[in-house]
Amino acid sequence: MTAETSEDRGIRVFLVDDHALFRTGVKAELTRAGAADPDGPPVVVVGEGGSVQEAVAGIGHLRPDVVLLDVHMPDGGGAEVLRRVRPEAPDVVFLALSVSDAAEDVIAVIRAGARGYVTKTISGRDLATAVRRVHAGDPVFSPRLAGFVLDAFAQRPGAAPVGDPEVDLLTPRERDVLRLLARGYAYKEIAAELFISIKTVETHVSSVLRKTQLSNRYELSRWATDRRLV
Amino acid sequence: MSTPADQVNGDRRRAPPVAGPPRLCRHRSDRVIAGVSSGIAEHLSVPVLWVRVIFVALAGLGGAGLIGYALLWAFLPATEAGARRPSTTRDRQQAVGLVLLGGGLALAGAAWGTAWGGWVTGPLGIALVGAGVVWREADASQRTRWRSGAGVLSGAFFGGGRMALLRVLAGIALVTSGIAVFLLNQGNLGQVRFALLAAAATLVGVAVLTVPWWLRLMRALGEERRARIRTEERAEIAAHLHDSVLQTLVLIQQQSDSAREVRRLARGQERELRSWLYGPQGYGTVAQTHTGGPAVAPAFAAALHAAAGEVEDTYAVTMQVVVVGDCALEDPLPSLVQASREAMVNAAKHAGVAEASVYAEVEPGQVHVFVRDRGAGFDPAAVAADRHGLADSIRGRMQRHGGTVTLRTSPGEGTEVQLAVARRKGGEEA
Repeated sequence: MTAETSEDRGIRVFLVDDHALFRTGVKAELTRAGAADPDGPPVVVVGEGGSVQEAVAGIGHLRPDVVLLDVHMPDGGGAEVLRRVRPEAPDVVFLALSVSDAAEDVIAVIRAGARGYVTKTISGRDLATAVRRVHAGDPVFSPRLAGFVLDAFAQRPGAAPVGDPEVDLLTPRERDVLRLLARGYAYKEIAAELFISIKTVETHVSSVLRKTQLSNRYELSRWATDRRLV
Repeated sequence: MSTPADQVNGDRRRAPPVAGPPRLCRHRSDRVIAGVSSGIAEHLSVPVLWVRVIFVALAGLGGAGLIGYALLWAFLPATEAGARRPSTTRDRQQAVGLVLLGGGLALAGAAWGTAWGGWVTGPLGIALVGAGVVWREADASQRTRWRSGAGVLSGAFFGGGRMALLRVLAGIALVTSGIAVFLLNQGNLGQVRFALLAAAATLVGVAVLTVPWWLRLMRALGEERRARIRTEERAEIAAHLHDSVLQTLVLIQQQSDSAREVRRLARGQERELRSWLYGPQGYGTVAQTHTGGPAVAPAFAAALHAAAGEVEDTYAVTMQVVVVGDCALEDPLPSLVQASREAMVNAAKHAGVAEASVYAEVEPGQVHVFVRDRGAGFDPAAVAADRHGLADSIRGRMQRHGGTVTLRTSPGEGTEVQLAVARRKGGEEA
């Protein structure tokens, strides 16, 4: 697919954030960290948008590989961009980048189709790694997102019955992987800890992402709204 | 069938209102009498003709349609915004015809002697038409008032020029004469009863004529109240921003040559603002409406966050705290929080990195806490015997409460302290 081309021209990133100052900062960080790193294709910022309109137009026109998406914006925020762009450009990958740690934002944007969620406190180097990872098709779970998902799928007394075990329950292994993610472990460390390959870790995380997007068991969105924690 | 994404969208409070049915209100621009029908039609998204026909049909049933229309007129707010589709001349002619037909049906129903429909015929019918004229004029004068921004009282009735004044006076005359004729028809009344009835009828007449004015007064009061609430809210936010963010920014400027101090201040302010916005009693929190009994705030997560905050403040580091589940801070748990705090302090002091992860999970049987840094690490066997932090504060504390401590570290590999303690039986999970 894009494997050869991204070696040549790098991973093309589009920035969406309504704060121009923040866009400038991320662009500088990404350009520095993304170009210098030897262990992957370079990360190049090809465009940016300051509103939902600009983002939809820019993404449709430029067809970037990865979109870094702010969650809170006027006119509906990141979820609105996802809703409008995804049908037209299904191979563009979205990574949510937000200052907010509110559960409802995290879960909402994941369920709208983002492949990962990182907070704005992330370092430029880590951000470049996260961009490479989502571009390669793997989800990016910050420790907090892992914690939210664990909490949302927790087995509580009196909880709603399982509708479809295929999407409504996490396997014990997926739970282990999520716990380690929440403890701040990197994929490589998780693989070593659980005696599995990195590829298997990625498979588990992808599966968790799919379940988070599809499961209605605990009405995840309402769970997230009820539980606004830092 | 709605997709998960739709549901998410529906639940998002900050998203702009999704296009549901338009609010029920009267449309000024698309009106024949008061715009009730076109408002209802738009709200239900049915052709306006159907609504009008239904009102006409109801008018034949003892005047029920007339009463219903009058009530909706009084209680539906009017919008200045135009209807989505402009009314054509044909529409309007049709509607005027329907109005006449409705009046005719009401009269016919009354003439046939429907049990309690007789009031529509005769003098009270005239009074009704008069009231309608005055109300409609009051509606029009409100629109003028909106345009010119005149006061509530001055624009109440007489905002529409001389023709409007004439129309209002004609309406009043109709109401007065209708009531007068009605009274005179009650032939066989004594003088006292006649006087009482006349006084009552006058009061009713005045009340009917001034309905638009009363409603407007009530709405103006409501608007004023809402505006006051908004102002107070804004003042509260401003006060909070001043007390916290502004002060911190000033401090940061003063300390700008000390990176460590700047980071400490910024992180502390961030934490404070976050808990104000998103915390359990936070500003943006939804009011819990489904409270069954007194809300016992589960305190373990809050205590752990507070402990991490203290460490951040003291040592200018960042603690990534993730807590899954929560429960009351009952007996062994305060010690667990203390031990965790000690582990965080160790990470902040000795690891030599600016960030550490704290993960806690509350399970039905026990509580785990993991404190992890990617810093220097150390060789547990080589720790000097006079260093008490890990031995006393963590290991000793946990052992006294039947908990366990597992340490994973080696030089260069970072450190992870794993703490676990069993919960007391009967602990309620939150």
